Amino acid sequence: MSGKDKLDIFPTRMALTVMKARLKGAQKGHSLLKKKADALTMRFRQILGKIVEIKELMGEVMKEAAFSLAEASFVAGDFSPMVVENAQKAQLRVRAGKDNVAGVVLPVFEHFVDGNNHFELAGLGRGGRQVKGCREKYTKAVELLIELASLQTSFLTLDEVIKMTNRRVNAIEHVIIPRIENTVAYINSELDERDREEFFRLKKIQAKKKKLNAEREEMAMARLAELGVSDFGELQDRERASAAAAVTGGGLNDDADDQDLLF
Amino acid sequence: MSGGATAALKGHGALISVIGDETTVTGFLLAGIGEKNAKMESNFLIVDNKTTVSTIEDAFKSFSTRDDIAVILINQFIAEEIRHLLDNYTKPIPTVLEIPSKDHPYDSAKDSILKRAKTMFSAE
Repeated sequence: MSGKDKLDIFPTRMALTVMKARLKGAQKGHSLLKKKADALTMRFRQILGKIVEIKELMGEVMKEAAFSLAEASFVAGDFSPMVVENAQKAQLRVRAGKDNVAGVVLPVFEHFVDGNNHFELAGLGRGGRQVKGCREKYTKAVELLIELASLQTSFLTLDEVIKMTNRRVNAIEHVIIPRIENTVAYINSELDERDREEFFRLKKIQAKKKKLNAEREEMAMARLAELGVSDFGELQDRERASAAAAVTGGGLNDDADDQDLLF
Repeated sequence: MSGGATAALKGHGALISVIGDETTVTGFLLAGIGEKNAKMESNFLIVDNKTTVSTIEDAFKSFSTRDDIAVILINQFIAEEIRHLLDNYTKPIPTVLEIPSKDHPYDSAKDSILKRAKTMFSAE
């Protein structure tokens, strides 16, 4: 059974510290990303409000501009074909600047006039004033529209970034952090079990040693009793030790039986 | 973002294109946004009652993929005809702006961008 999702590493104390550090890092990253997402969302809402406002305004401006065109056509005649013909090179263009919001680079349009307007001299024949007025109205409209375009691109770019950031926040919160926590729990449980095993083993060995020692002493006592020593307490400690050693097979320092080696 | 568009945007500037009725297009051309390049391609399309939907679609597709166009202005009633293209259009550059025309005042309920904005809001 797969059970909890965790990282596969060998459970040592070192790994535990490493995992704990990673957990801390993940939590920090999560809170930072959350802050970023919040800041971006705030800016997003701001931009949206502005867009709605300007779109309404733009409706008005366009209406006025259309009126003035109608006026101009009334006075100067239908100059549309001529205008279309003469549209060879655009003077009104847009340039992009960069705006930085919480680490996200947003494009900002600004209008940019490149050379003189061709139609400066248009309509000098008749209705020049109306044509000029109409042109100015439309130029104003274009400027407003460029601002609107700016807001719209920022809006769309921000939307993408916010979605991505939220995805990352969720991923950290629901996948990465639980995984690391499970790994830490696993390592801890393995270490605890190891400790318990050690402890148990030690205890067992101690118990065995104790038993062994008890048996030896019993045997020693029995032998000495045979040899006629009734009161064990009369013997010197050394003698007692050597007696016990003699019974059990002796230690290295016991030279009672050793013969001197003569070369 | 396409590298070409940003290059034009930083350099001598990118164009504003128009898809609209005669009044709208004339007005904007008067303001000086019109251009015809060496291949006789223009950045505007005049739509009248004889223009087919496929012509409008082709113009929109070509404007939206050209490197030197940053903004596409389109009359709202024309936008209605290619609504399916606009709803699927997600690139930030070139930006699509829906503008009212003489006979059709601005209706924010139909604007593709605002519709998407509303769905985002409700998702928040």
